[in-house]
Amino acid sequence: MRTTKVEIRRGTYYDSIILMQLQLSLSQIPGVNNAGVMMGVAANKEILKQNGLLTAEAEAAFPDDLIISVECDDTTTADAALAEVDNLLSSRKSTSEQDYLPKSVEAAAQMLPNAKWALISVPGQYAAGVAREALRLQKNVFLYSDNVSIEDEIALKHEAGHSGLLLMGPDCGTSIVNNTGFGFANQVRRGPIGLVGASGTGLQQVTARIDQLGSGITHALGTGGRDLSAEVGGITALQCLGLLQRDPETQVIVLISKPPAQTVTTTLLQSARTVDKPVVVYFIGYPAVTTDENSHNIHFARSLDETAELAVQLVTAAATPSPAKNKPVRFAKDQRYLRGLFSGGTLAQESLFILQNYLPNIHSNIAHEKEQQLNDLKRSREHTLLDLGEDAFTVGRPHPMLDNNLRLARFQQEAADPEVAIILMDIVLGHGAHPDPASELAPAISAARTRAQKAKRELEIVVVLVGTEDDPQNIASQMERLRTAGARVEKSNTVACAYVGQRLQRQLQPGKLPPVDLAILQEPVAAINVGLESFASSLANQTAAVVHVDWRPPAGGNEKLMSILERMKKAQNN
Amino acid sequence: MDIEKANQQATTRMIEARAVLTEIAKAKDVIPGMKDNLLLHAGPPITWERTSGPMRGAITGALIFEGKARTEAEAQTLVESGEIELEPCHHHQAVGPMAGVTSASMSVYIVENEVHGNRAFSNLNEGYGKVLRYGAYDDEVQQRLRWMEDVMAPVLNDAVKASGGIDIKALLSEALHMGDEGHNRNKAGSILFLKALAPHIAKVSDDNETSATVLKAIGDNALSVLNPVMAACKVMADTAHGIAGSTIVTTMARNGTDFGIRVSGLGEQWFTAPAQIPKGLYFPGFGDEDANPDIGDSTITETAGIGGFAMAAAPAIVTFVSGSPKDAVNATMEMYEITFAEHKHFTIPQFEFRGTPTGIDLRKVIETGLTPRVNTGIAHKNAGIGQVGAGLVRPPMQIFEEALVTFAEKYGI
Repeated sequence: MRTTKVEIRRGTYYDSIILMQLQLSLSQIPGVNNAGVMMGVAANKEILKQNGLLTAEAEAAFPDDLIISVECDDTTTADAALAEVDNLLSSRKSTSEQDYLPKSVEAAAQMLPNAKWALISVPGQYAAGVAREALRLQKNVFLYSDNVSIEDEIALKHEAGHSGLLLMGPDCGTSIVNNTGFGFANQVRRGPIGLVGASGTGLQQVTARIDQLGSGITHALGTGGRDLSAEVGGITALQCLGLLQRDPETQVIVLISKPPAQTVTTTLLQSARTVDKPVVVYFIGYPAVTTDENSHNIHFARSLDETAELAVQLVTAAATPSPAKNKPVRFAKDQRYLRGLFSGGTLAQESLFILQNYLPNIHSNIAHEKEQQLNDLKRSREHTLLDLGEDAFTVGRPHPMLDNNLRLARFQQEAADPEVAIILMDIVLGHGAHPDPASELAPAISAARTRAQKAKRELEIVVVLVGTEDDPQNIASQMERLRTAGARVEKSNTVACAYVGQRLQRQLQPGKLPPVDLAILQEPVAAINVGLESFASSLANQTAAVVHVDWRPPAGGNEKLMSILERMKKAQNN
Repeated sequence: MDIEKANQQATTRMIEARAVLTEIAKAKDVIPGMKDNLLLHAGPPITWERTSGPMRGAITGALIFEGKARTEAEAQTLVESGEIELEPCHHHQAVGPMAGVTSASMSVYIVENEVHGNRAFSNLNEGYGKVLRYGAYDDEVQQRLRWMEDVMAPVLNDAVKASGGIDIKALLSEALHMGDEGHNRNKAGSILFLKALAPHIAKVSDDNETSATVLKAIGDNALSVLNPVMAACKVMADTAHGIAGSTIVTTMARNGTDFGIRVSGLGEQWFTAPAQIPKGLYFPGFGDEDANPDIGDSTITETAGIGGFAMAAAPAIVTFVSGSPKDAVNATMEMYEITFAEHKHFTIPQFEFRGTPTGIDLRKVIETGLTPRVNTGIAHKNAGIGQVGAGLVRPPMQIFEEALVTFAEKYGI
């Protein structure tokens, strides 16, 4: 028999919406034909009445009473339904606790403001757009997506580079940053070796081997397979080298790649030489050489295995303190050039040969190439290296190994040039040479440095001192006085030249791209993930902070609208 | 062209506008372009032929109120002959909830923007039950309208003037901290409104009985402040309108048939498409099949950064869409993705007082595929039955797409 049953609850207040929800739940119970849950105000009673839900009991309810009324097929159902009320009210609490999934990179960035990374694995045709958005938001990008055009890659990498950001990829499968693997990565022990790789599985193999050999890594930075092509020019690899150079935890650097373009190889090796850490290089398929004759810090490997082994061996060597390092001075903005003032012909020749690996266009009176020959011997230009023992200088004068006057005059001329950063000189001791070169050169060095300092410049003097302990000039005393005057003194010409080359190359570099903030490697990883959800859960499993973007193609994939949005963005940037 | 700069300017103006309720006056005396044979209505422009049930009922009711018609058929003849003209409230600096029908001799709230000098208007709220805004027009409705006009409006006007003006923006800021979102839930705001008016009503009225009925009418109606709030949102949105190169949406409105938007940089052009049926909860005895398509100008609240956009501040009403308080949070989070700015004055306590998402950016709507989220009452599709529920609705994506294409054409992008 159809029946209407009412329950009145005194002094209970629920928001009307909660009540409407309860009413809906009640009416969905099988056997319940209609339900009304309302506060006992007159207007509500009227509604209940119209729906046949107003009993005499409900009619008598006060405005602050809660009326729960059910119209059912039978009394049992009605009683059962009313008994459900408390359950229904309390069950509302146990709903999903899932956090908000942002739809855009921008919203994700707001949710995780300390995120320095964006992992992007959306379909290729959308990847560049998402990467551009991430860069705009100052995120470093791990771009897993492939099928990104080379034009887009170049544009993105330039954009990233000029903002001091990294863009790894496209098609970058592997990176490990501060113990956190991006994409495909092994769980590798922490240690002193930092890696840069344009090959994902290459990085995985070498990092795994390093781990097996008992050592570990600081970071393994992927660049994407095309980074070392002539078109891209190794922008990311160079940035990564710079990062690992500056990273105090990294003692040995590994550089692996499929065969790079020749021009990029040269740039990369030049850059690697400026690093004051051992660099193990494995260019897969590159004509194997075991040592780099121009620099003591580069070691070529012949296989992935050997790369790992060499790196681990070098860690031990690198751990021993390197010979006395003077704290490098800071040059003024315009101080860019080297002036070499040599008395010894062979020393000059070798220096020119070594320094050509570091510096573009060294002008010299002993250069073979026409464009490098110095037209006016009286005036140096840009990088200049002079053999002052050449005939053109010694006509009617004593050789500079015997007489310092010519060299002192030239030294003062070069020291006064505000564009000069380093003056490199040789001092050759022994029988027949000047009896006490330091007595004349040390005061000149000291005076020149003082004058430069007054002009807010830091003039660096590097001296190659050739001699033995038994030479009549007393090599210890010579060295002592030159050092006291402020010169850096080396006994090896190769070491002196490599030092000068590295110093000036570093001075040249900042002009190109701003350095990438080392903090991106040092802080715990916090990342925005766009694309493959498994990458987000993988990051979360590694206890990295991650916000996954519920990404959908912009404008629902509508090409016309997408192109309008794209043009709007371009117009905005111009 | 600098869209970012234009949008910055538009949203800054919207956010900085100060909306103060200063007066209540007859529509024909204050609304620009208002005349005896004109009816203002909610939403984009519409002809009688295309009007929905509640809109027809409201038009009929307003013409009965003005003494120009006695039946729906007479109303139809007047409108179709052109003797009575229909124009959107939005074309006259006005807004109205649901049908929004406002006639010449009805009283309206005047809200002034003390920063930029513009004003906006909105009719008075009738309360619940059988009401004109839902298309009811019988004697009971007429009697209430008459009482509002003859008794309530003069008292309110005197009280508002005596108060020196009621700062609706400040009231809204406070109400958002009391569980309102300013569109569907105005419980706190209406109490604040009552609190602001009560002493002045007591002072200006020499009749206790009148004071008591007016106070009761305002106090019983949890939507009493909705209309001044809408007018306040309208002055804010209007300050952002007409800025060259801006992609900020400055109008969202529905007439029960179409949903329409206007965009700051696209002048007076409407972009419209059929309005959708809200998803929500129904009063006993009603369901989806009774619902009229979305109706009303109250989406001006979302346009100005409250309402559905401030859902996180009003978790109590999230159950409209069978959700949990977490869904309220997510609703607001989602709206941050399509807005250009965050409000400086409307803030959400549980977001550590982060500003509400403000200034719908056409570009972001298209990019993310997310349309604005609107909280709304649901009207019965037949005239005169009234409200049957409340819920959530979103405008059709198509109108944003058309607006973007038009923007690109206009600005040669």
